[in-house]
Amino acid sequence: MSQRIPVKDLTDSFRGRAVGALADDQLRTNFRVAMDSLMKKRADAFPDEHEREGLRELGNHIKARALSQLPDLLEQLEAKLTDNGVKVHWAETTEQANRIVHSIIEAKQGTQVVKGKSMVSEEMEMNDYLAERNIECLESDMGEYIVQLDGEKPSHIIMPAIHKNRRQVSKLFHDKLGVDETEDVNELIQIGRRTLREKFLEADVGVSGVNFAIAETGTLLLVENEGNGRMSTTAPPVHVAVTGIEKVVGNLRDVVPLLSLLTRSALGQPITTYVNMISGPRKPDELDGPEEVHLVLLDNGRSGAFADAQLRQTLNCIRCGACMNHCPVYTRVGGHTYGEVYPGPIGKIVTPHMVGLHQVPDHPSASSLCGACGDVCPVKIPIPELLQRLRQENVKSPAEQPKVKDGGAKYSRKERVIWRFWTRLNTSPMFYRLFLWGATRLRKLAPKNVGPWIENHSAPVPARRSLHDLAKAHLNQGDR
Amino acid sequence: MSARSNILNKLRAGLAGTTPRPDEFDEKLVTEPWQYAPEDRITRLRSLMEAVQTEIHSVSSNDWPAKVQQLLDSRNLANVLYAPGTGHGQQLAEHWQSAGAKQALLAYDRPIAEWKEELFWSVDASVTGTVGGIAATGSLVLWPDRHEPRLMSLLPPLHIALLKASEVEDNLYGMMQKHNWSAGLPTNLLLVSGPSKTADIEQVLAYGAHGPKELVVLILEDC
Repeated sequence: MSQRIPVKDLTDSFRGRAVGALADDQLRTNFRVAMDSLMKKRADAFPDEHEREGLRELGNHIKARALSQLPDLLEQLEAKLTDNGVKVHWAETTEQANRIVHSIIEAKQGTQVVKGKSMVSEEMEMNDYLAERNIECLESDMGEYIVQLDGEKPSHIIMPAIHKNRRQVSKLFHDKLGVDETEDVNELIQIGRRTLREKFLEADVGVSGVNFAIAETGTLLLVENEGNGRMSTTAPPVHVAVTGIEKVVGNLRDVVPLLSLLTRSALGQPITTYVNMISGPRKPDELDGPEEVHLVLLDNGRSGAFADAQLRQTLNCIRCGACMNHCPVYTRVGGHTYGEVYPGPIGKIVTPHMVGLHQVPDHPSASSLCGACGDVCPVKIPIPELLQRLRQENVKSPAEQPKVKDGGAKYSRKERVIWRFWTRLNTSPMFYRLFLWGATRLRKLAPKNVGPWIENHSAPVPARRSLHDLAKAHLNQGDR
Repeated sequence: MSARSNILNKLRAGLAGTTPRPDEFDEKLVTEPWQYAPEDRITRLRSLMEAVQTEIHSVSSNDWPAKVQQLLDSRNLANVLYAPGTGHGQQLAEHWQSAGAKQALLAYDRPIAEWKEELFWSVDASVTGTVGGIAATGSLVLWPDRHEPRLMSLLPPLHIALLKASEVEDNLYGMMQKHNWSAGLPTNLLLVSGPSKTADIEQVLAYGAHGPKELVVLILEDC
């Protein structure tokens, strides 16, 4: 049995972390069990293939249509929300977004923030930013809360604590909250409920993400099962929603198919327990709800992906997580191996635009291109195709002007020369024959060290006679 | 240049020379698979909601307050939150007086700041109305307003919701169109499809995460 090594401390590279994760039996079991169950739930939620495919087509159409008029829709959303009494902010970088959120909290002299699940706030590393400024920012989604309590990051975008089992959670609660250990999941959840309810009561500001922002009505739609999203957006006097600029859709009716695709693809549920549609702060005669609602629209590299018609499809994503649930690589290495906010196939195509390929050079190639992610994507993002595109961008020379942030991160002159030689060899019959003649005769001189290949294989040695030779001899025999 | 204009300019540059895609929304895709005979709507709603631990009772539109009393009695609860400014709130209050029910009736009639702590910790149950139900997904539609605030359906451990049998629609799309939602939404429109739940630990389903631990739906048969 391998010893349990915290993956996050092991190394700074995808490869290094993957080696650690693959040797961690507990981690691999936790992921295998969870992903198998999520795949089955999704399959059961779409019993009719015809219905499913029609809906995916519609989902793709809605997102593509929204993106084809994105700047106009963002302006419409802003105008509508402003009419409804919501203050809209724009941020190009996570630093700007954090400053906006901080200034809203500061204006209220707030010291306690409670957060519903939001991947964009993870992008911003909002918790750390606020903690450095003496503001407590507490996660309230049970999974996120567990992860935060242990000083970790989410390992799955829908199930943040999927890498932990109940014994690990029990021990964590015992160590951090001083409660008795228990392996009863219900009891563990009740401990979380009591602890967090106090926080909902005290919080000065609630922060949430957004699943869909509806331009037509100026509405922020959030889905969730726990009620922590409703708590965060309803109980504190101020609600700040943070979201990426790609989350806007045109019409209210557009969310009907997207909602169905999202909850069925993510969890196999026909709908989540709560669908929370927020169209404004508390009205003067209302008795509860936040007095102020803010929306922060974050770019953080999205406009870079948007600039290219093919890469733009990355922005179709509705963050269901189905691609990671079905990914053979993700299932084996787990979410932390990716080392970034968004793991799995979607992480591999969205992260380069945010942090640059230099920081995630192995992301595009950490895939077998089996195609499962593209097959299950509810909005039909051609993930394998985009991975191949990123692989190309990843090896472009500076002169070829890569289209992705820090493109050309893996460009190597030596590799280029070898490939040029290989191309030449295989396109010139004379050169090819000459090479064959040499390779078969000088086979003993074939290099013994051919890089990582020999870690698990013996180095290849050319055969005594080429296939061409053998075939020719064989055919000659037949003629006789 | 502001962040706003930088972002919008970059996006516009990316779209240069293109035209917006036409709207080809095919409503059949979200309606046809989700249509039911009128007599099957309630059955479907009931089975979906019961599958996520919702308790459902059919009662007449006159007798439901007695059912509420019975639900509270059987659970030994001390109080119930209600909305005095609504028709159903008044009906409940009248029954409470005439039947001499023992639970305290708490009226949500003042701003939350005045009794936030009490609302968070000391309320056992609440009764709210709905503006309808959705058969396809087993959902209630709540339309909070000044008479029936948002937190009524969230804070108390037991939430009792009233649903008129005649107001159950086939699917979300139909509900939206029939009530012309796009013409104006409340500050907080909610679809509620069971008591709060989580599967964040080992995917084991546990009810009573942050919202109600129990949801009871009283389906009111019109008489």
